This record gives sequence, C-alpha cells and structure tokens, in this order.
Amino acid sequence: MNGFWNALMGLGPQLSAHVLLSASAIALGILVALPLAVWASRSPPVARVTLGFASLVQTIPALALLALFFPILLSLRAVFGEGLPTLGFLPALLALALYALLPILRNAVTAQANLDPGVLEAADGVGMTKWQKLKLIEAPLSAPFIMAGIRTASVWTIGAATLATTIGQPSLGDPIFAGLQTQNWVLVLAGCFASAGLALITDALLGLIERGMASRKRGLAIGGMAAVALGIAAALFAQFGGGERDRILIGAKGFSEQYVLARLIGQRLKAKGYAVEYRDGLGSAVAHSAVSSGDIDLLVDYTGTIWANQMKRSDNPAREQMYAEISEWEQQTSGTKVLGRMGFENAYGLAVRRDVADARNLNSIADLANIAPQLTIGGDPEFFERPEWIAVRDAYGLRFGQNRNFAPTFMYNALRSGEADAISAYTSDGRIAADNLVVLDDPAGAFPNYDAILLVSPDRAEDAALLSALTPVIDTIDVDAMREANYAVDRDTDKLTPDEAARMLATRVGL
Amino acid sequence: MALPLAFPRVVSIKRGETISDTLPDSVIHFRAVTRHFDDVIAVGGFSLSVAAGSFVALVGASGSGKSTLMKMVNGLEQPTTGQVMFAGEDVSTQPPAKLRRRIGYVFQSIGLFPHMNVAENIGIGPRLSGQRLSDGRVRELLELVELDADMASRMPDELSGGQRQRVGVARALANYPELLLMDEPFGALDPITRDALGGRVRELHDKFGLTTIMVTHDMAEALLLADRVLVMDAGLIVADETPAALLAGKGGEIAQGLVAVPRAQADKLARMEREGSRS
Repeated sequence: MNGFWNALMGLGPQLSAHVLLSASAIALGILVALPLAVWASRSPPVARVTLGFASLVQTIPALALLALFFPILLSLRAVFGEGLPTLGFLPALLALALYALLPILRNAVTAQANLDPGVLEAADGVGMTKWQKLKLIEAPLSAPFIMAGIRTASVWTIGAATLATTIGQPSLGDPIFAGLQTQNWVLVLAGCFASAGLALITDALLGLIERGMASRKRGLAIGGMAAVALGIAAALFAQFGGGERDRILIGAKGFSEQYVLARLIGQRLKAKGYAVEYRDGLGSAVAHSAVSSGDIDLLVDYTGTIWANQMKRSDNPAREQMYAEISEWEQQTSGTKVLGRMGFENAYGLAVRRDVADARNLNSIADLANIAPQLTIGGDPEFFERPEWIAVRDAYGLRFGQNRNFAPTFMYNALRSGEADAISAYTSDGRIAADNLVVLDDPAGAFPNYDAILLVSPDRAEDAALLSALTPVIDTIDVDAMREANYAVDRDTDKLTPDEAARMLATRVGL
Repeated sequence: MALPLAFPRVVSIKRGETISDTLPDSVIHFRAVTRHFDDVIAVGGFSLSVAAGSFVALVGASGSGKSTLMKMVNGLEQPTTGQVMFAGEDVSTQPPAKLRRRIGYVFQSIGLFPHMNVAENIGIGPRLSGQRLSDGRVRELLELVELDADMASRMPDELSGGQRQRVGVARALANYPELLLMDEPFGALDPITRDALGGRVRELHDKFGLTTIMVTHDMAEALLLADRVLVMDAGLIVADETPAALLAGKGGEIAQGLVAVPRAQADKLARMEREGSRS
C-alpha cells in the first residue's frame, strides 16, 4: 500500500501535464464544435457532413489517431517549416481535440434542433437579428445540453489522454505504460487511479455547471467554472511556475532496458545540474524520428534496428563497418550525433525453453526450420513487421504454424506457459538466464549486430558541456551488468523500479 | 399632388406608384401578391389595402392562406411575386429585424422566452434597440393587460396559459408599435379568458389608435372584435365586408357558411333560453 501512495504522490508532473493537455484539447474541441454546430443547425447538408466526419473520427482507435498525427505533421513541415513539432504536445492536442468533437457537436446540434419553434418564431417576431437570436435565445437555451456534451467529451478525453504517452507527451499514461512494460502493477494502478480520479472530479464539476445552467442558478454555474479554472491554473503553475530551465528530454522505447538506461543517463545529468524529463514508451520508429527531429534530446538505440528500419539496408556488414556507416548516415541525413556505444549488444535472437531444445535437439535456427510448421512463434508487436525478421525468415525458410504478438514482458510468460514455442528474445534480457532459455545460433548471420548506441539530437550535437557529461557512460556497460539490471525490473518478485535498477547498474559499472 | 394628410404619418410617393397605392389612410398595401410553396399556392395574387386605425380580421379554414398573407407584412414570409408596402415602403427593402421592431406580433404558441422573467420578456423589444424598460413602464404594460405588477419577476413556466398570452400582448405593445399582427392569438385559451383578453385587445387598439390585423378561424371572434372582415379561401379573398354587412347576409356563400355557425349556435341558445323560461 505504501508503494502505491508513493507512486501516486510522485505523479505530480504527469498530472499537471495531463490536466493541461486534456483542458487544451477540450477547449480546442469546443472552439471548433460550437461554430460548426451553429452552421450545421442552419444547413442540413453541413449537419450531415460534420456529424458524419466526427462519427468517423470516433471509430478510429484513439491510439491510432494519435499515431497518425506524426506522419501528418511531418508532411506539414513542408508548409510550416522544420520548427513544427511532430511529437509531444501538438499531435496529442490535435488528436484529442478531434476526439472531443463528436459529443460536443452532436449535443449542440441536437439542442438546436429541439428548441421550441414558438420561441424561435417569437425571437424573429420581436425583431432579433440573427446574432441577437443566437446570443439571447439559442445559446442560453442550448447551454445545458452543450454542457452535457462537454462533460462526455471531457471524460473521454481524460481517459484517451493517457495514450499520449506513446507519442512522447507526458501524461498519466506514463506510469501505466511503464508499469505495463515492467510488470510493475503498483505503478499501473497508481496511473489508472489518478486518471480515473481526475475524470470523476472533472465530471462532477462540469455536472455542477450543467445543473447551474439548467436550473438558472448562476452561482452554481460560476462556482463550478471557478473550480475548473482553479484546477487548470494550478496545473499551469506546476508546469511552468518553477521557471523554464534548460530541460534535457530523454526518450525511451517501451521496454525495461530502455527505461533503465534513460534513468541511468538522467541521474548523471541531474547530478550535473541539468533538469531532466523522460519520454517513455515510444515506438521504435517514433523514437528514432523524435531524436533526429529534436523532439527529444537523447535516445539509446541499436545499430541493427537503425540499419534495417531507418536505413532500409538488407546487407549485413561487420560490426565496425556498420557502426561507421550509421554514424555517417545520421550525420548526413539529420545531423544527429552518434556519441558512442554503451558497451553491450541487445540482439534479436530466437529463444526456446531448454527442455524443448533438448527434446527436439535444437541448436540453431536451421534446426528450428524443420519443425517450425508445428510450432507457434511469439514476437513483440513490431517484430513480424521488421526487416530483420523477414531476413531471418527467408534465410532459413521459416514457416511457423502460427505467429502471435505479445507485449515484451508477456512474451516470456507465453513461452513458460507453452502458448508460444519460440520467441523473439533480446539477448541482453535477464530472463534468458533466469527462465533457463536457449538462444538458438544464427549460422547464416541473418540477424544483424545490435550494439546499443547513444544518439544526441541535432540541436544538442554541438553542446560541449552536455556531451562531456554524457561521455563517461560510453563503453561502460557490459551485457552481464545490463542483464542483471533488466532482470531486477522484470522479475516477478522483489522488483526494482527502473530508477532503482539504474542506480544499481551505475554502482556496478563504477559510474 | 397636394393631398390632405389626415393622419400624422409621413407618406412618400415614389416614382411609378399610383396615388391610390399610397393613399394616406392606407398603412398596408398588398400589390398583386402571390406565395407559392412548391406546387401549392398559398396566396393566389390580389391587391389589398388596410386603412390606418382599422381592426381587420382575416378569417378562413386552415390552409386558406390567411397566416401566410399576414406574415408577409413583418417579413416572416416573403411573397413569391408582388409587393407588400408598409407605411409607404416596400417591406422587402428593409432589414427584417428593424421592420419587426415597429410591429407588434402576437401568436398562438405565444413564445415567451423560458429563461427570462416576465419583465425581461416584455422588455425584449426595447432591449434589442439598446434601451431598457423602466420598472414603471413594465408596471404600466402589465396593467394594460390586467396583470398584477408583482408578476414582473415571475418566470413564464409559473404562469397560466391566459397570463402568458397577456404577457405576450404586453411584449407586443412595449415598443409603441404602429401595427399589431395577431396570428390566432386566443386559439389556445379557455373561452372565458379568450373573451376577456379579446375585449381587452380591442380596447387597447382603440386607445392607442393601432392598426390591427388578426388571423382567426373563428368567425364569431372576428365579428365581435373587427371592423372589417376578410374571408379567405384557397389563397383568395372571397369576401371583404363589415361585420354588420356579413350579418345582413352579404359576402357570398363561403362567408355566409362561416357566419351561419355562430348564428345557429346563438339561435339555438336563445331558443333554449325561451323554452326554458316557458317551462
């Protein structure tokens, strides 16, 4: 219980970011929906098109909608220049505002359609202009219904805003995603509790305003509005009140090693007086684009990943040559600096349980190919789309009976429970030893090299102070140390938080 | 061109108009007006003048076009062809909101604004032109429609149907209108309220020298209140008579059909009364 409260109390920055994001998205939604609703109430074709569009948007899963804004904003850079952020607040704001549109629009249009025709005729009859009619009659009479729509939109938005974490916008999704990846249920619970609590409080306050409007009790409506404004002001103060310091944004993809390494680097920078923020749970492609576009400052990435996914290369050169070419390519294409190797490799490998390996006499991927049609292979959500898998599959002629996707942590559970017979394991993963797994040999050399490397965004590439603060972590972490730290976070009992594991790792490697 | 101006209203005569169109005592003139709704002809094309200070009843069955004709005056309906002149000007050339503020409008569903109290409802017309009704003026208007002054702070949903329509009439009078348009104003009221409010409106009409057009399907009401009755049928005016002339049998078959109903009722009641007193 103590851990839960500690986790909850530590969510201040995420809560304020969540409040500001949700409030901005709802405000933008209102700003767009209300004029549209007025237009729609005067023109049935407009009503059909706008409501149809808003309903269509609702059918897109929130996660996909958030992700879609990345390529959209990226292509808009052609118009608005390179300064246009493609990750973080802006895309989250746009996606959530779109999401908030429907309930507000629908309620506003319905309210307008249900206005008493006698009252509207009287408004014309006494000589109101269109604007006076809207201001004096239609708006006040529709207000309680519109408020109900805003309430619905707010509850949806606050819930969906947790997904903004995946596109690099801090929110109450941070603890949920981090907890999910590291199987830290206390963290997940704290995030859910905070986000649900925020939604309930908002709903109650907006309900107060709605009732005040419906029963024409001005005090009630104004009191509710004041409470909402106060909450937003507090969030604003928490977010910006401390004075904007030079913040270093450290990105992490959605698995334990990334969380631990981000904290390891963050702790060092904090000790040097930097303000540090983490952007956790980024997708592989999003994370790389984020660092090369400057939306985040630092990222630990892997040579093989960049080679196959970003550079679209299918050849497999020697380790040194690949590293040199990647450094060159990053420098040429975006100005991103490859500062150096972390010191270990986290390769993809195909792993099976030792008892299965013994029973089936499996030593290499080539052995696996013969019996693959009878087996199920599990991979992380990206794995079966990645060029590395396609290369391995084609090199060995792998045809598995079934391909299944799991979140990285659940992949090992699936292997243990027999739901998968082979998985796409990570070689730095502590569970390989802990779960007594065998990583099959790759005699054809189909999997590329996956040295962990530290990337510095183009904006920070010339920042000598920052680079000198980072240099000590280069080439210090061997794969055993990394495995131990990963396992400390991933194991089922006696788990460490990524922060704690990072401290342990730093001590072990002498940082 | 030196016409004796019997009424203190300024009448301008424009090029192309005949003098009879703008006779100083005609405040409204319909010139060859028609109104089509797709295939349906609501108003079939005729000219008509309404004298200043007259109380005109437009009587006819549902769908005879009487409401449509009246609403062309304050721009709630537009003629398909033809022109409607009000106080010497074509109504289609004026901003509708400005035009309507000079014209009182009372209609069956009343349309009190549910979020405004009685005083705010009555004061809405002046408010639209940036003025505020004084409490004294609100009291005076409430008095005119025989309501207590303490009604001013009530909300519409706290009033009876009759009280609401009284507020509706007060609202129509608040801006000192030149013209009062009423569309089935008493249609939803109980007979006693209906009679009382009808009589009151006629008194106010006389008191303020208003010009009034009242649409009704009730010939008895028209005969009792108006000094000119127009009977409409299928978009045309089939009779244009005084109440006395109608009661004397003029106006043709359709008009007499409408007059026959209240007359038969009155005769029957009178007979019942006689027979009752005999027994």
